[in-house]
Amino acid sequence: MGLKIEINNIPLEVEKGTTILQAARKVGINIPTLCYLEGLQNPGSCRVCVVEVEGANALQPACVTEVNEGMKIRTNNKRVRNARKIILELLLSSHPWECNTCDRNQSCELQTLAEEYGIREVRFQSTQEKLPLDESTPGIVRDPNKCILCRRCVAVCQEIQKVGTLGPRYRGFHTVISPGQVDLLGDAVCVQCGQCAAVCPVGAISERDDTEKVWEALEDPQKYVIVQTAPAIRAALGECFNLPPGTLVKGRMVAALRRLGFDKVFDTNFGADLTIVEEGHELLSRLKKKLVDEDKTVKLPMFTSCSPGWINYMENFYPELRDNVSTCKSPQQMFGAVAKTYFADEIGIRKEDMVVVSIMPCTAKKFECNRPEMVDSGVQDVDYVLTTRELGKMIKQAGLDFVNLPEEEMDAPLGISTGAADIFANTGGVMEAALRTVYEIVTGKELPFEKLHVTPVQGLEGVKEAELTIKETLPDWKFLEGVTLKVAVAHGLGNANKIVESILKGEREYHFIEIMACPGGCIGGGGQPRLTTDEVRKARIQAIYKEDEGRKLRKSHENPALKELYNEFLGQPLGEKSHQLLHTHYFDKKNKKEKEKVKV
Amino acid sequence: MNDRSIAQILVGIDSNTVLSGARQIKTKLITELSRQGLSEEVKVIETGSIGPTNQGVVLGVFPGGELYANITEDEVEEFIQERFVKGRTYKKRLLAETLPEELRLQEYDSRKTQYYGRIVLDNCGRINPEDITEYIGVGGYEALGYVLKEKSPQEIISIVQDSGLRGRGGAGFPTGLKWSFTFREKRYPKYVICNADEGEPGTFKDRLIMEGDPHKIIEAMAIAGYAVEAETGYIYIRGEYKLSLERLQKAIAQAKEMGFLGNNIFGSDFNFDLQLKIGAGSYVCGEETALLSSLEGYRGEPRLKPPYPAQYGLKQQPTLINNVETLANIPAIILNGSQWFRHFGTENMPGTKVYTVLGHINRPGLIEVPIGITLREIIYDYAGGISSGKFKMAQIGGTAGDILPEQLLDVPLECQSLQELGHNLGSGALLIMNGTVSVADFLRSCMKFFVHESCGKCSVCRIGTSYLYEACDRLNRKEGYVDELKNMKDIATTLKLTAFCPLGQSVAQPVLSALKYFEEELKEGSNPNKKGKLPTREKSEGVFYYS
Repeated sequence: MGLKIEINNIPLEVEKGTTILQAARKVGINIPTLCYLEGLQNPGSCRVCVVEVEGANALQPACVTEVNEGMKIRTNNKRVRNARKIILELLLSSHPWECNTCDRNQSCELQTLAEEYGIREVRFQSTQEKLPLDESTPGIVRDPNKCILCRRCVAVCQEIQKVGTLGPRYRGFHTVISPGQVDLLGDAVCVQCGQCAAVCPVGAISERDDTEKVWEALEDPQKYVIVQTAPAIRAALGECFNLPPGTLVKGRMVAALRRLGFDKVFDTNFGADLTIVEEGHELLSRLKKKLVDEDKTVKLPMFTSCSPGWINYMENFYPELRDNVSTCKSPQQMFGAVAKTYFADEIGIRKEDMVVVSIMPCTAKKFECNRPEMVDSGVQDVDYVLTTRELGKMIKQAGLDFVNLPEEEMDAPLGISTGAADIFANTGGVMEAALRTVYEIVTGKELPFEKLHVTPVQGLEGVKEAELTIKETLPDWKFLEGVTLKVAVAHGLGNANKIVESILKGEREYHFIEIMACPGGCIGGGGQPRLTTDEVRKARIQAIYKEDEGRKLRKSHENPALKELYNEFLGQPLGEKSHQLLHTHYFDKKNKKEKEKVKV
Repeated sequence: MNDRSIAQILVGIDSNTVLSGARQIKTKLITELSRQGLSEEVKVIETGSIGPTNQGVVLGVFPGGELYANITEDEVEEFIQERFVKGRTYKKRLLAETLPEELRLQEYDSRKTQYYGRIVLDNCGRINPEDITEYIGVGGYEALGYVLKEKSPQEIISIVQDSGLRGRGGAGFPTGLKWSFTFREKRYPKYVICNADEGEPGTFKDRLIMEGDPHKIIEAMAIAGYAVEAETGYIYIRGEYKLSLERLQKAIAQAKEMGFLGNNIFGSDFNFDLQLKIGAGSYVCGEETALLSSLEGYRGEPRLKPPYPAQYGLKQQPTLINNVETLANIPAIILNGSQWFRHFGTENMPGTKVYTVLGHINRPGLIEVPIGITLREIIYDYAGGISSGKFKMAQIGGTAGDILPEQLLDVPLECQSLQELGHNLGSGALLIMNGTVSVADFLRSCMKFFVHESCGKCSVCRIGTSYLYEACDRLNRKEGYVDELKNMKDIATTLKLTAFCPLGQSVAQPVLSALKYFEEELKEGSNPNKKGKLPTREKSEGVFYYS
């Protein structure tokens, strides 16, 4: 039964449990918010969403107040407007006035509200201590001076990611959001997922800006600069240029990168295809050792290793699972290692003169490329990582009319890829890509699903499961005949935690598990254009599946460039060269000494 | 008992008198009496606060009931000589007031001395709080036994509802209604919490109640537990209240031993267990939802209401939270009935109120008076008048309370009459100030407290209090900006309208009332040539964040 209410004299009926904010949006009334984040336990702390409710003495926060039968609400009278204005003035009075030089200039929610509410002067003055920047991690920079303490970052860190690094510290005017009881993120356990940076309404948390270093490399005539772009970029970069979420801009992105001056425009998809082939064989080899050889040292389930946020999480919180995680490097790092060996040799460039730049939807990738062990080519395999947002800025700085750029193609050979690599961007994508390849290796036949999609592992549900019974195996894989492969997929570290706990408690058994640190997978990464809501996630996910379905080649092992790479350079999957370049090992970061040793 | 004493000396031992050497005086009294061979005849009894504060160690002597204050260790010998050997009063330290002989008054006596008509404090300063038998001796635990044998939870709740008792923590919510809300919820376990996190500066009534009569709180909580069907209670007490803590701990242990706490109390099937939880001294934890967060081990920050604690309280279970003083009324209401309670106070707010009266008055201290008497009566009849100079203003209800001018001296101190003027009764501190106090300076010190105690959750309170403090500071230095008063009013109004919790909202009270009644004086601090400027940030070296 609906509840009858009135908002600004507009009668409407809404379901029980609807907040005033949600109800107002239904009738086209916008209420400003700063701390509100859809789908989370909102703190109701910024107070800019206050509205007048008939019968209540005080104004009520629209974002957390649920409507009652007969409620009469005013969202826009003098009392409400005045209160909001004064709250905004107060927020501005304790905020540094550095808009012109701020990372969030023109994309700042506080700035936007100040403009909307016609704040022309701030009458209040307050003095406060200037706090130092936190630049202690490779991925994330925090400026506590700009923080308006809305606690969105706290909500995602604690509720969605269940990492619980960020929280309020001290009291009153001196309250700061800090990592636990230490000052610097680098001294706390932070997985660098960047979800905090993705939700910050102001310039208090953002990625470390590496654009200058990339500009410098591009200007340097001694350097051969190549770029790889992660699959999730093509479905999100357009948002930096006001294109609707889910616009596929791959061709224009390639054109833009070429115009920025990159010597070759390649695709992380190539690395993704390579990952699938290596990881697929690794899974099969683990299954064989377990089922046929009864080798007790082999660990199952096997977890994916593409998401550096997840790897950090595992190393810090569940190091006992180190042997369960695939030894495959992430696609980014595989690409780097191959580029600086195979490709550098092919074109006759010294690896020292080659610069590999990655465009990633991710802040943790900045951390990953700096991991001390990621130097298997002999030098740092990937030099710089830029987020989608940083690339957007570079394109603007270069004066490119992105929307009207022509569509161009990626360069060969490391720009050649399949649809299986595209879907790495989505939650469930790595699993689907792996199954497409593994099933075909084992049975010689295509995965028997419509359009090759493993629908149970798609979509935004937190934890997804699927089973696949293998039939009519090829002679080499007889031991898998009739085996039911159990797989699971989780996105967001809170969901990862659920799976991990259920496995450790023995409640669940799987063979293979895909984990992505960010909600929705890479398309919802911490480096993507702001603000990523579920609606935006769905649009990007759809775009990625569309890209996959439009391809001729949709299975990683069919990638012709990959076949050539194996023939000419690597030999075979899991071979000696692969081991040296494409596989890695993990650390126990609960062990302080070990953690210190591999500190980035 | 073979107590053959013919006279008793009560030594008021509370956290104030302890600092004046009450314990040493008690020892000295005992040794001196024994030296004089009077140990058999004169008994020294330790008790809670007798009433007068700021007057050193206070002694009461029975029979006679005379009160002595400011007595020093050196004077003990002379005092014993005069009072017990020579048998005359010790004039040097004698107070004008006396303690009455009877311990419990069934009818309200309108004689205006603070020792008549006591409900909450009837045992404070009379019995030894560390001895459960003394509490039982004055009718303690009778109410609990009575309800367990004779009354159903609903009947108790209707008695409390009919009595018209309202919460004494500051908000004044009808207590019976709160109990019925918690009773109505049928999810178990439920909890009863005594809010003893008395954080309002100048208010220490709860402390003196707990120090003077801890068993009353325990009994009331058990009754509340039975009424709302809760089997676990917590007393959330300020960590600074060391003596309260010790006495409550002792009292709980004694009550457990006697079977007033534990399983099958009074042979019924009612079980009730009580635990003490110590707060870390944050003001906001006196707000009931912040208290719950703190009790659960989280940062002490208020939660969103609704849902109210009665539905989703401690660990998301139905929870009843009452203030110490509110609970202390319960046993008397149960024993004497709701109509008896309505003899005291006003129609809208029956009963008595315990105040701590402080400031420029002759007799600062703890008083219990019927609700509805005026500030003038309290100052001149109970507190002995203004100590020096002329009355200027009074802050009622603690630091978050209103500042009232002389023209409001005759307003009854009672919810409704105050609310009609836009004011609140608050928590029970009355700070009386004479003409030497500057309004700006006083407001500045109030705001300094809030800057320190704002929890930092909502933006208005976090930033607003800081601005208000700086504004008052400027006014006090006569360097206020030209539009300072308007800005203060805007911020205070916004705080009242939009702050997250009642504590944040109440910060506005002193500011708005001062602006209302003392605008002219405050204006003097504002410099017409001075304008505000953009925020500045000062670089600090060495010190990282505030600590």
